Amino acid sequence: MSFITANWNPLGEAFYRKTELYEMSWNLRDGLRDSLVAAAPYGGPIALLREPHRRSPSSRPQLEIYSASGVDIASFPWKSGPVVQLGWTVSDELLCIQEDGSVLIYDLFGSFKRHFTMGQEVVQTQVLEAKVFHSPYGTGVAIVTGSSRFTLATNIDDLKLRRLPEVPGLQGKPSCWVVLTQDRQTKVLLSNGPELYILDNTSCTAVCPPGFSPQVGNIVQMAVSFSYKYLALFTDTGHLWTGSSHLQDKLSEVDTKKTPTPKHMVWCRRPKSQQPSVVLMWDRLLLVAGVCGDTIQYPSNQFPLEDPCVLVGELDGVRIISSTNQELLQEVPLVCQDMFKIASMAPGALLLEAHREYEKSSQKADEYLREIKEQSMLGEAVRQCVEAAGHEYDPSTQKSLLRAASFGKCFLTDFSPDQFVTTCRELRVLNGVRENGVGLPLTHTQFKQMTLQVLIDRLVYRQFYPLAIEMCRYLKIPDYQGVSRVLKHWASCKVQQKDLSDDAIARAVCVKVGDSPGVSYSHIAAKAYECGRTELAIKLLDSEARSGEQVPLLLKMKRSQLALSKAVESGDTDLVYTVVSYLKNEMNRGDFFMTLRNQPVALSLYRQFCKLQEQETLKDLYNQDDDHQELANYYVTASYREKRLDSRLSLLQSAIDEYNKAKNEFSAKMTEDEMRLLRFQRKLDDEKGAGLLGLSLQATMEALLSLGLHKQTEQLYRDFRVPDKRYWWLKLMSLAEKEEWEELEKFSKSKKSPIGYLAFVDVCMKSNNKYEAKKYVSKVTPEQKVKAHLAVSDLEGAADAAIERKNDAEMGAILSRCSASDRLLIDRLNRARAAAAKK
Amino acid sequence: MAAHLSYGRVNLNILREAARKELREFLDKCAGSKAIVWDEYLTGPFGLIAQYSLLKEHEVEKMFTLKSGRLPSADVKNIIFFVRPRLELMDIIAENVCSEDKQHSPRDFHILFVPRRSMLCEQRLKEQGVLGSFINIDEYILDLIPYDGDLLSMEYESAFRECYLENDQTSLYHTAKGLMTLQALYGTIPQIYGKGECARHVANMMLRMKREFAGSQNQILPVFDTLLLLDRNVDLLTPVATQLTYEGLIDEIYGINNGYVKLPPEKFAQKKQGEASKDLPTEPKKLQLNSAEELYAEIRDKNFNAVGAALSKKAKIISAAFEERHNAKTVGEIKQFVSQLPHMQAARSSLANHTSVAELIKDITTSEAFFDNLTVEQEFMTGVDTDKVNTYIEDSIAQKDPLIKILRLVCMQSVCNNGLKQKVFDYYKREILQSGLLKPQTSSRNNYPTIRKTLKLWMEDANEQNPNDISYVYSGYAPLSIRLTQVLARPGWRSIEEVLKMLPGPHFEERQQLPAGLHKKRQQGENRTTLVFFLGGVTYAEIAALRFLSQMEDSGMEYIIATTKLINGTTWIKSLMDRPESQTP
Repeated sequence: MSFITANWNPLGEAFYRKTELYEMSWNLRDGLRDSLVAAAPYGGPIALLREPHRRSPSSRPQLEIYSASGVDIASFPWKSGPVVQLGWTVSDELLCIQEDGSVLIYDLFGSFKRHFTMGQEVVQTQVLEAKVFHSPYGTGVAIVTGSSRFTLATNIDDLKLRRLPEVPGLQGKPSCWVVLTQDRQTKVLLSNGPELYILDNTSCTAVCPPGFSPQVGNIVQMAVSFSYKYLALFTDTGHLWTGSSHLQDKLSEVDTKKTPTPKHMVWCRRPKSQQPSVVLMWDRLLLVAGVCGDTIQYPSNQFPLEDPCVLVGELDGVRIISSTNQELLQEVPLVCQDMFKIASMAPGALLLEAHREYEKSSQKADEYLREIKEQSMLGEAVRQCVEAAGHEYDPSTQKSLLRAASFGKCFLTDFSPDQFVTTCRELRVLNGVRENGVGLPLTHTQFKQMTLQVLIDRLVYRQFYPLAIEMCRYLKIPDYQGVSRVLKHWASCKVQQKDLSDDAIARAVCVKVGDSPGVSYSHIAAKAYECGRTELAIKLLDSEARSGEQVPLLLKMKRSQLALSKAVESGDTDLVYTVVSYLKNEMNRGDFFMTLRNQPVALSLYRQFCKLQEQETLKDLYNQDDDHQELANYYVTASYREKRLDSRLSLLQSAIDEYNKAKNEFSAKMTEDEMRLLRFQRKLDDEKGAGLLGLSLQATMEALLSLGLHKQTEQLYRDFRVPDKRYWWLKLMSLAEKEEWEELEKFSKSKKSPIGYLAFVDVCMKSNNKYEAKKYVSKVTPEQKVKAHLAVSDLEGAADAAIERKNDAEMGAILSRCSASDRLLIDRLNRARAAAAKK
Repeated sequence: MAAHLSYGRVNLNILREAARKELREFLDKCAGSKAIVWDEYLTGPFGLIAQYSLLKEHEVEKMFTLKSGRLPSADVKNIIFFVRPRLELMDIIAENVCSEDKQHSPRDFHILFVPRRSMLCEQRLKEQGVLGSFINIDEYILDLIPYDGDLLSMEYESAFRECYLENDQTSLYHTAKGLMTLQALYGTIPQIYGKGECARHVANMMLRMKREFAGSQNQILPVFDTLLLLDRNVDLLTPVATQLTYEGLIDEIYGINNGYVKLPPEKFAQKKQGEASKDLPTEPKKLQLNSAEELYAEIRDKNFNAVGAALSKKAKIISAAFEERHNAKTVGEIKQFVSQLPHMQAARSSLANHTSVAELIKDITTSEAFFDNLTVEQEFMTGVDTDKVNTYIEDSIAQKDPLIKILRLVCMQSVCNNGLKQKVFDYYKREILQSGLLKPQTSSRNNYPTIRKTLKLWMEDANEQNPNDISYVYSGYAPLSIRLTQVLARPGWRSIEEVLKMLPGPHFEERQQLPAGLHKKRQQGENRTTLVFFLGGVTYAEIAALRFLSQMEDSGMEYIIATTKLINGTTWIKSLMDRPESQTP
């Protein structure tokens, strides 16, 4: 397999390799010359603005967006102001920084999203240079203006502009500068001639890198590593200084013997790099300068000559994009070195060899295997093969490595297959996204760093929905985080398709999304509404299960009726109230009431609300509905709140009218009675100062009786047709209370008592008047005799009555009241009982 | 304190702990010292979730009752309002906050809505111009409060009134939400049965909410097998009948509030001090009633007539236990005796308390008035003369007995007669002029007798001492609601289809899909668990009847009870009345 190492070059102890990723699909007439180019890391998209400085309005520059493999995504003429810099955000949005300091944001497909500005004063001073950088806080923008001042925005999604302090002695733009993120602070490192400054929020400090002698000249180019940990400085004498970005350690200093300023300078490292390097590019030369001092020169014959290239620093290498192809330059991962280094005796390499012999059916396979097994390195060998496969870009190399691993695994027991399985799956995904059509040239290391979630997002941004869904299913990601997320994006995008009818879109969305967990129809509907498709939004909202989400959007779209019925459906009364109070403010009263009328639930809630808060509205509401019954009730209730008798009577009169309209004769009659009573009470109050007003009929009669006004009481009794029973009770109790025993006796004889005479006995006893009580015992009906006698504690009498009635239960009751002293009585009762029982 | 919640078949302490955790989280959100301003209605239910000590641990230094005017001064950083989402309360809060600003004291305001925040209320605060003054506006989802090992209540007093008189289904929404919370903790309930309009509505909302939460499928093995939703409307008779169990009578006579009862103090005077003790205790005696008290758990659900015997038996056991000390010879035996002493003393004081309570109740139950009332009730329940104006009711009205007592009787007559005849109705109405639950008879046939016979609602030979049927709780009347529950378990509602049709509202059955792998593998002889939810309230006697069913050896079913409110006839009818004082003659 010697050919694998064909593109390897040694650098110090390590090797570097340059792998072709793509032949670019684009067809650029003028190459990358005279263009602003921005290519995002992690295999991100490429933006290209031709001749940004050509300002004649007749020929506008063209802004083009390509995938990393050069597939055309979007292209449109640039109509805004001159652009200084292009850059990509972490969520694949394109930033176009204009000379006047405004930053325009476009999505991947070239549609404008929003803009912001880097400060008003920049309109005058103009942006000289700008840089887009990434930090844990998001994507940031830094500019230097014509007045030599720097302004930073650390996170464009949470825009806070910071104007950095002045740099002493700086005229125009610095010779070179970079943005650093260190210790949770964003700083600018810049050089002005031989001077080097660090610029942070509060100060500008002149610094000197350790071991950097002023004799080596002016700093003309600088670069920070992907992780912001390392710094490279290039001077006009051709010296390259490398060290930590804290400027505390020096790594090396290399004399490149090239004095022109390189076009590009980028760090090339990988995590746990053995031999990091800096890649410098001039027009005709690509130079890899290792920290060890070694260099590799990729001369022009390996390299498109005239055509300028773009270097993109990655986590684990550098991508080199030219107008025709794209390559990845990286330090060969250690495991790959072990595997493929010529004459390597690493266990993995032996296993690969063993497998190859095995395929040839050669017995040498056994020899190799034995060799590995003797050193008990078979597990290690399998691991090496699997790991190396992950780092290889070429599927056939991946396959042969994985097959070797699989072969080796057969001879192992208790070997966990997890790593093997995961790597196979991940490689399948990676190969899928590396496809030319998709164009995400991710290495395994980058993939691990960016995480699967982000990869799915990236695919979704590029609208590779089916692929994303396939991937989610293949990797068995829970729907909630996987498929649903993709569908949500898809649907939000689908509703923006102008050429499809509302119905078609709604149907398509509902069929695809269905009941997928976690997809919010209201979210999709909100998108549709944003694009001005209200009807579609309403159709989509119909599928939303959560009314809490539906209703506010419907209100926003002014579909208040629909909002109301949805709120009612949800059963959430607070939601209904919310809509109702919204409607109340939006509509005129008539319409509002009509709307409520069609929603009985809402209507009754509103009535409740009015009862507590707006009594007057309640009346209007009943009026509107011709609800005479309720209206009458309303008047009655209102009358209770009224202090003045006249108004009270007039309210009650209104109530009577309404009751009559409602054909509720009973209530009308009762209300009439109430009015009559009130008038009667007023008369008496005026005459006698009785203080009756507002009392109930019963209470009035009581009060009258206690005042001794028997005639008036009698009048009420007759006028209001008070049932005899009640009247008798009333009078009985009232007389007893006042202890008017004579009067009571007279009363008892006035006619036959409708409540019987036991009541008289009881009431007298309650007043502790046994004497009076006894008067009535004889009048009691036979059934109650025993009770009456007992009430006045006349056991003998009770016994007589009970024996006469031959009632066993009554006799028992008397017995239970007897004490030991009533010997005779007890005997008598027992005898009578026995006699009754015999029969 | 809450250990008794975990004794039952279903550990309801989980629910309580979840509620406590949420409370702590909210309190910690407001850093620094705090004062809580309480909506007074909430203090009772909250007492069942967290004592003052918990609040104190989280820097709550002062507590006030919400009232209009200025807030009392307190040197705290945060003022937190614990309120129900009611507009009138918002006005008070606004007033509080406005008068506060004038003092220029830098106190932070927060609102905690119980059980749910309300856009309407926030709107009101906004109109009052104080919404911006609040740093945190949060909701504390307290729907179902654990009352006992097998009992949950929402303490939502006006639920029945709102549903039937005002057509306001807020309480049902909260019920559905509460059941969702319950399912989140105890697993999806696979089977739902219900009877009544409200039950149907709650079930619909639950199914709807389940769709809303689709995706966040919970993976908990279901604890409940069945949910039975019952409208109070289906059985209006039971709550108006006088409860005859011990706990039921305590509630009828003295009223149990949030697990506490206040009793007249005389009987609890220290006996030793003799005469002097008469004027000593003036404060009502406050007793906590729940199954944590061993004796109470034993007698609470007995028919009151059986309580005396149980108490005296217990007394014998306790004195026998105290006698043991004479037999204790060795040091080991004495040690063992002493170790049991605290338990025995607690038992003795518990016995003393309940003996006093029983005496208090006995005074009332043996009175003539109580007996007469009960006689009339039983006449109605057995269907005697329900179509005529009843003399006892008439007399009661004339004697100005409490209105509620009269209404209870009239309502009962109405229910037992499937509505009163128009003439009778008008007569009563004239007499009391307060429309309550009375309804004019609509259908010409009275179907109550059919229901009574089919469901065996009246048992002649109810055994109060050693009950063999649930009818013991009303000494003869078997609560309709509980019969329905019982029949559902065995043989099933299909057998009483006809009767169900006579009762108001639809009956239905729903199934909720369980995620694969959560289907219970039932052990041989393992009981099934049913959650019975009474929409509109439940009485202690009904609870007693359900407990009785759970304990029956061959029932194969255990019941957990949930309700919107624990009620008795009096509190229930009170909640239905507009303003008791606005009675016209």
